[in-house]
Amino acid sequence: MHPQVILHSLGYLTQAAGVTLALSLAGIVLGFLVGAAACIARLSGRRWAAALGAAYVSIFRGVPLLVQLLFIYYFLAELGFNVPALVAAVGGLALASGAYQAEILRGALNAVPRGQSEAASALGFAPVDVWRRILLPQALRISIPPLINEFILLLKASSLVSVVGIAELTRVSMNIATMTYRPLEAYVGGGLFYLAINLCLSGIGLLAERRFGKAGAI
Amino acid sequence: MSTAMIEARGVGKRFGANEVLRGVDLDVGRSEVVCLIGPSGSGKSTLLRCINFLEAYDDGEVRIEGELIGYEKASDGKRRPMGARRLREMRREIGMVFQHFNLWPHMTALGNVAEPLKRVRKLAAGEAEERAMDMLKRVGLAEKAEAYPSRLSGGQQQRVAIARALAMQPRLMLFDEPTSALDPELVGEVLEVMRALATEGMTMLIVTHEMGFAAHVADRIAFIDQGRILEQGPPRQVFHESSEPRVRQFLQTYHDRNAF
Repeated sequence: MHPQVILHSLGYLTQAAGVTLALSLAGIVLGFLVGAAACIARLSGRRWAAALGAAYVSIFRGVPLLVQLLFIYYFLAELGFNVPALVAAVGGLALASGAYQAEILRGALNAVPRGQSEAASALGFAPVDVWRRILLPQALRISIPPLINEFILLLKASSLVSVVGIAELTRVSMNIATMTYRPLEAYVGGGLFYLAINLCLSGIGLLAERRFGKAGAI
Repeated sequence: MSTAMIEARGVGKRFGANEVLRGVDLDVGRSEVVCLIGPSGSGKSTLLRCINFLEAYDDGEVRIEGELIGYEKASDGKRRPMGARRLREMRREIGMVFQHFNLWPHMTALGNVAEPLKRVRKLAAGEAEERAMDMLKRVGLAEKAEAYPSRLSGGQQQRVAIARALAMQPRLMLFDEPTSALDPELVGEVLEVMRALATEGMTMLIVTHEMGFAAHVADRIAFIDQGRILEQGPPRQVFHESSEPRVRQFLQTYHDRNAF
């Protein structure tokens, strides 16, 4: 074990960790929008929209992310759509994560007791106010722990976008391993960065839960 | 135009094959307090929920101050669900208190009472909170204004829920088993608020198992069984002079319980 290999590559690893974090952040945020749309579609009561939402969730939860990424990057290119690597990476992460986030949101909305919106309806609330003021604030609070969990999973899954050639943490660790002939040190270094980022995320999650938990006990 | 606050005529409601209400007729006059009693599953709560159309009745009519709620006449003579906006306007005038309070857990007591004033009555925040505070004082909870529902006892939560409904200045109040989810020692404080409300002349329709309260506060008792009103009249008549065997049998358990 030569720890100095890690020290020498610290600059590269830090930069690559930044790329990993940025990719995952973009994936989780865009995935949230996609997931929210899919969740609304499933709960809309319109049959075709519900079917579309359900199909999206089944497909993107059911097919491995690696296969999705290869499909977006290589197969679409074959059809003449040249998708830049970055777009393929972020798009792939967002679509895969959106499927999980749709289910997280749907579960959270179902966990809000029926009486909550009933009380608002009985008082004469418009549907938009029931959603904005009563249902969503409670559902989002319920979703914080699973969403943080999803973020951590996505951050680790983002190592797969190395297959489309993006210099994120796993890819850079591989490069360091090849160049230095020190795979053990290179991957320990990369792994420590993943661990550090995820510990920060869990911490943020705990803070968020404590912050909202105070007001939110149902 | 009738002057009755609530007029229900031949109200019927089915859940699938289960006929919950079978042609219920019920009138509630202005400032009248009517208690609905009867065994579990008899349709009392469903009837109450049809009055503000939280539950859509299938047959018959429910009129609030003469206006049909929930349906409107279509051009072909049949009826269709009434416009959502008009239904909301009607519901604003009908306060409702639920068995499980249904306070919003992410808002303080004051927030719970002020929220409908802001969203539905469109009051400015300051004015809404001022009126909300007055209402909390009225139910004796001014000092709990900043507390979240999870920090309040059941009785306090229900009083906040009553304040929330009252703040809207409704023309009538519906109570759906308001004390059934409470510890026995907390029932009194809620009934006290309701009793005061009745004295002030509020029109109230109350589903309850509190027979003592019903006997003392109600102007009229309606006994429901299997989706029908079997008997209605002044408390004395229903509680002590009923000739309906089903009513006597139901009330016997309460007389027995009060015997010791």
